[in-house]
Amino acid sequence: MTPPSVESTALGVPPLQAAAAPREETPLRRFVSDFAESRLAVVAFAAFVLIVLAALLAPVIAPQNPYDLAQLDIMDGRLPPGSVGGAGFTHLLGTDDQGRDMLSGILYGLRISLAVGAGSAFIAFCAGTALGLVAAYFGGRTDTVIMRLVDLQLSFPAILVALMILAFLGKGIINVVIAIVVVEWAYYARTVRGTALVERRREYIEAAACLALSHARIVFRHLLPNCLPPLIVVGTMQVARAIALEATLSFLGLGVPVTEPSLGLLIANGYEYLLSGRYWISFYPGIALLVTIVVINLVGDQLRDVLNPRLRR
Amino acid sequence: MTVYLIRRLMQSAVVVLAMTIILFLGVYAIGDPVEILISPDADQIERERAIAALGLDQPLWLQYLTFLENALRGDLGRSFVFNEPALRLILQKMPATLELALAATLFAVLLGLPLGLWAGLRPEALSSRVIMAGSILGFSLPTFWVGLMLIMVFAVELGWLPSTGRGPTAEFLGLHWSFLTLEGLRHLVLPAINLSLFKISLVIRLTRAGVRETVLMDYVKFARAKGLAPRRVIFVHVLKNIMIPVLTVTALEFGSTIAFSVVTESIFAWPGMGKLIIDSIYVLDRPVIVAYLMIIVLMFILLNFVVDVMYSALDPRVRLQDQRG
Repeated sequence: MTPPSVESTALGVPPLQAAAAPREETPLRRFVSDFAESRLAVVAFAAFVLIVLAALLAPVIAPQNPYDLAQLDIMDGRLPPGSVGGAGFTHLLGTDDQGRDMLSGILYGLRISLAVGAGSAFIAFCAGTALGLVAAYFGGRTDTVIMRLVDLQLSFPAILVALMILAFLGKGIINVVIAIVVVEWAYYARTVRGTALVERRREYIEAAACLALSHARIVFRHLLPNCLPPLIVVGTMQVARAIALEATLSFLGLGVPVTEPSLGLLIANGYEYLLSGRYWISFYPGIALLVTIVVINLVGDQLRDVLNPRLRR
Repeated sequence: MTVYLIRRLMQSAVVVLAMTIILFLGVYAIGDPVEILISPDADQIERERAIAALGLDQPLWLQYLTFLENALRGDLGRSFVFNEPALRLILQKMPATLELALAATLFAVLLGLPLGLWAGLRPEALSSRVIMAGSILGFSLPTFWVGLMLIMVFAVELGWLPSTGRGPTAEFLGLHWSFLTLEGLRHLVLPAINLSLFKISLVIRLTRAGVRETVLMDYVKFARAKGLAPRRVIFVHVLKNIMIPVLTVTALEFGSTIAFSVVTESIFAWPGMGKLIIDSIYVLDRPVIVAYLMIIVLMFILLNFVVDVMYSALDPRVRLQDQRG
């Protein structure tokens, strides 16, 4: 960890020189050292990077391709963790009812969980941010209509809204993403509107308006960048929420299809074997899900502290 | 106050109306009701007669008005599966869900308040840190997975508690309840704990924050200086004041507890409305889906309405703000 460099603040130093000196304080370096103040957050971030890498590299590191039926042997079904299967390698986390290696299944499931979680959180981020900015910038009736929608949306619990959408659209990855976006956009809209209402009255927005820039340019090039910090915090937390919601929906059988099992569906598959004491089919995917969610929440918690201007030291 | 009540009531009515439109479009515009309602074996003439009998040849707005009129009379269609009025089906299952949600709320308050109080009074103690770490886990843990683990530990490994169903019920006020029989109570424990995990964490955090704020207040210092017993200071002066926000949030959360019971009921095969809606979605029993959503939306709007009105009755600032707007 780098100690905060008090004696060499970058005040008054031209940017070129600042870049040359290794210990000068830049916004990024300051951000990193603030973030690193919490060891727990650093560990969580490292674990998060590892999880993402494991998911990305699943085809390389997984002992088996769990979707390739030719590699599965039904005789290997429901082996406890640590047993050696017919293919000759050790199933570290056991196998499920179709002889699928659980470790491989979890790595591939992680891909789907993360992709759905991050993807839907990103779409919700874009939609929610755009609507929230528009509401704050134009105010008046536009603001009222959009914020009424936000209030309405937030007064119903996520699971209910998602159930409603999936009951009408049917299951499938795209529909799950739609459901999560509909559930989550309101959080972004509310957050960005709060910040944008303050930023809108600043001089730089006035200056931009005096230059007769277009509304779109002012909103997205001037207003948006200054509203980003709280959005990043909300976005991090919403990724974790999206992953949890997707897992819940898949567990209920309303989410991803059986051919592309996410962590939630893997847990659901092990449900019926739980009662006969074969715990590992549900247990390990659940641990993977839990660690992913906790790690993202820990990073988000620290981001909130670091990016909060009121806590600036 | 009357003006506020009327305005708020109209707002709720608009929301209800908007929800009926969404539900109507969801069922009748996205899914093709002809495919769902009429047997595929029917020939052309039979189909047309059925379409006319169901009023599906009418323009959409007229169909919507019919739907609305029937809904107002409490007729939300008949279940395809059970061949019973959908509304009655839901209402039959409602006590089970309410019982579960009430038990979970009770757990949350009985466990969350003492734990939060403890953590708030000794913020630096190791035990308090453990409690707070536990509450973070309570927020992060996926409910459905915790439910499975509860079954694994307490039903499969230890064999202490049953894992599915509601057990025998006893009649009280004309409805069947589990908590009146010992076997029923044993069935209730695991699902109620599972459903209450999130709320326990919430109550712990609220209580802790409230206690830490309250112990610094002058009246608490004064009570201490007066020489009152610490127990009296904590339970009368501190606890009484933090009860208000804690109970408000718990009451507000009751609606989402009912919504989340969908997950818990599926895991523990608890025969409530949540299990019914999931089963109905599987077999596309649309009248039941619509009836469930209608009822739960109405419940939410009612809950929000009551809370809003109570707030404005209790808090003069809310009233003033509204008169201006």
